[in-house]
Amino acid sequence: MSVILLLIAFSLLIAGGFLLGFLWSVKTGQYDDDVSPAVRVLFENELNHQEVSNQPEQYKSKNPDAV
Amino acid sequence: MSKAILQTQTQCYHCGENCKEEAVSFDQKNFCCPGCKLVYEVLSENNLCNYYQLQDSPGQTQQNPVLGERYAFLDNQEIANRLIRFRDADSVHLRFHIPSMHCSSCIWLLEHLNRLDGGILRSQTHFIQKEIQLVYDPSRTSLRKVVEKLHEIGYAPELNLNELEQKTKKTQNRSRIYKIGVAGFAFGNIMLLSFPEYFAGGVYHGNDFHKAFSYLNLFLSLPVFFYSASEFLGNALLSFRQRVVNIDFPIAVGIVAMFLRSIYEITTDSGPGYFDSMTGLVFFMLIGRNFQSKTYDWLSFDRDYKSYFPIAVSRLTGQKEEPVAVQDLRINDRLFIRNQEIIPADVILISDQAEIDYSFVSGESRPVYCEKGDRIYAGGRLQGSPAEVVVQKVVSHSYITQLWNQSSGKTEIKSGFQTMVNHISRWFVVVTLLIATLALLYWYPQDVSRAMRAFTSVLVIACACALALSAPFTFGNMLRILGKKGIYLKNAHVLEKLADVDTVLFDKTGTLTHAEQAEVHYTGSRLNEDLSQAIASLAQSSSHPLSRMLARHLQADGASRSSVYDVKEISGMGIEGNHTPYFIRLGSRKFLQDEIPDQDVYRLSEVGVQVNGEILGYFQFRNLYRSEAAPLIQDLKNDGYRVAVISGDHEHERPYLESLTGQKEGLKFDMQPLDKLKEVNRIQDEGRKAMMVGDGLNDAGALMHSHVGLALAENINNFTPGCDGILLSKNFGSIHRLIRFAKSGHRIIVISFIISLLYNAGGLWFAVQGTLSPVIAAILMPISTSSLVIYTVLASSLKAYRLGFKK
Repeated sequence: MSVILLLIAFSLLIAGGFLLGFLWSVKTGQYDDDVSPAVRVLFENELNHQEVSNQPEQYKSKNPDAV
Repeated sequence: MSKAILQTQTQCYHCGENCKEEAVSFDQKNFCCPGCKLVYEVLSENNLCNYYQLQDSPGQTQQNPVLGERYAFLDNQEIANRLIRFRDADSVHLRFHIPSMHCSSCIWLLEHLNRLDGGILRSQTHFIQKEIQLVYDPSRTSLRKVVEKLHEIGYAPELNLNELEQKTKKTQNRSRIYKIGVAGFAFGNIMLLSFPEYFAGGVYHGNDFHKAFSYLNLFLSLPVFFYSASEFLGNALLSFRQRVVNIDFPIAVGIVAMFLRSIYEITTDSGPGYFDSMTGLVFFMLIGRNFQSKTYDWLSFDRDYKSYFPIAVSRLTGQKEEPVAVQDLRINDRLFIRNQEIIPADVILISDQAEIDYSFVSGESRPVYCEKGDRIYAGGRLQGSPAEVVVQKVVSHSYITQLWNQSSGKTEIKSGFQTMVNHISRWFVVVTLLIATLALLYWYPQDVSRAMRAFTSVLVIACACALALSAPFTFGNMLRILGKKGIYLKNAHVLEKLADVDTVLFDKTGTLTHAEQAEVHYTGSRLNEDLSQAIASLAQSSSHPLSRMLARHLQADGASRSSVYDVKEISGMGIEGNHTPYFIRLGSRKFLQDEIPDQDVYRLSEVGVQVNGEILGYFQFRNLYRSEAAPLIQDLKNDGYRVAVISGDHEHERPYLESLTGQKEGLKFDMQPLDKLKEVNRIQDEGRKAMMVGDGLNDAGALMHSHVGLALAENINNFTPGCDGILLSKNFGSIHRLIRFAKSGHRIIVISFIISLLYNAGGLWFAVQGTLSPVIAAILMPISTSSLVIYTVLASSLKAYRLGFKK
């Protein structure tokens, strides 16, 4: 039966680890702005995609006669 | 590039405004103004058109794209240094507040600034705070260029005196979140470890596990008692020292009683203790506090003149022009003020003429015409051609800043609600201690341990958690509901104070009237259709507010555009142009060389029409009252409130206001900002609680001194003076319902107090007998708490629904 005590000790340790994780995430400001990071994730992909595929067009549009 | 004038109403591709006056078409897209088109061009050149894909018409309208030397002061190293947060050899770090940031397109564009200016190394937005953090390479770009670029694409950073002084911005207080985390962790684990106790009953008692679990509970509760509960214990101690009982006092008594009793039970092995109830209580209580302290980070309620005044102006020494920080201005400095610049101090005009827009100061959107030698007050914005002025008073002594200097030493009046809660708390403590002592005395002769048990049980069960929780949850919920409707209150305290209000004061211009619309009347000989069309198109070619209003007015009559040529605008005077066979001049009486009538009419804004040298008549502009104004005042009076109007305007509106308000007294005119403040103080000295509704800087003093000050804003990004709450102007008609809502909040809380007293009475029944087991406490506590929380939230939401604040 005393194995339960051991299990409880472990579970407390693990839960304590999560508590520390929570405190750390609050401290580093991860909950401060819940909008821009969420939006930013979507940008990054599309940015890379754009830079590869649209390179020539970018030069074209810099030409003043193009429009 | 094609440019065409469009006949139909279209929406601007960039900003979504209706293309009213001169629409520009470019790249098969329509823009409301050249400014918006320019932004589009810049973005499309740099392959940033994704901006438009993320949201429809995400941009800011660019009706005023004049830049010129506006940011020249940023080249001044000394001023620049005050804005820069950090610098080393090849990077400079900046942080700006950008009020116009509002959607994902904004984030996208602002985080891709390096495509617009290669010198910008990094840019990151903080959407909630509406801030951007920038790093640029000083060898490739400059502070001025960065700011000008931001301005150009419609995201002008807020650069004002306040921003300079708050360079070290306070870091957010996250300690309450830590406390909630710790309390929640301990609460969950203690509950789990207490489960055997709840269900196994006597069988479990005396077991090895029992002892181990009890000590684990004790260990887990230590951080809750010493850390999470510190704000209750600390406040209670403070209030005890000051001999005032506040709401934290009964809570602290409960927590301490539970903690000590539990330690005693565990160390003497006489019971499992109340740690589950204690940690749960602290956890819920902290959540309640956090729920209430919902704040609008992106709004500023404590603005003073500093957040409105510019950082620097151009000073003239001899013929040389140099930027100088506004704080460093001295009397008799000569300043050069450009179009759209704000005058930072009280000055005398030395140029021949100037037009000053005092809309932030007075709420009046029509500019004031000044001549050489006239005094111009700080806060005015120059319109049109640049002007030279001489400083009369330093910034901190100017007329408008006196409002703030006056307000130091203002005593905060406690709301009736607070007094009530403190009253109840005091009684609560007294009654609880009395019952506990009686129980102790009753049992003492028979059974000493039972007497002690009864004594502590009473303190444990009679904890004022409901008292402490119902207000935060009710007010927190109400604040949220109102926030969604565009009524932003500074904090829950404002809701408490709103319910005490018995007098409502209104500012006139910009509050009872529309800030940007006017009624136009024409007096004079009749204008034929062709002529009125010509006048409309002539007025259209000027950006003066009166011209625009006139153009809109004539357009509304169905006039279509026609061409006018040889248009000439004389700043501050009028505009003239040819439309065969007419030569039309529009402008002030002075411009038309008409005689200037007596003062009463002079106050009216008017535009004269002169055709081929003959004055045909005058267009007169009157403030257009909000359609909600009359019903609102009627509703307020029906609800038994006194209503008063304090206007900076002249008496000529008196007859109209008398009919609007249905009263003769309480209407004050010609009130200077300081008079408004004094009037508010006078009313409050009579023992009345005044609510001030205003909009401009001229109301700032009154807003600050009133019991509740509400500022009206057409747009949430607009400047609002320091106040207790900001109201979008579309909610103007809801003010009386807002007060009703606040009052219903009081009722809900009082009812929840009564419910909680019933719970307490039930618990006390067990407690005084000394038979309160931890299980009963552990069941009763969460049930009473959660049922109260549910009641308060539901009741306040229902009330909001009935009053139309919630769908």
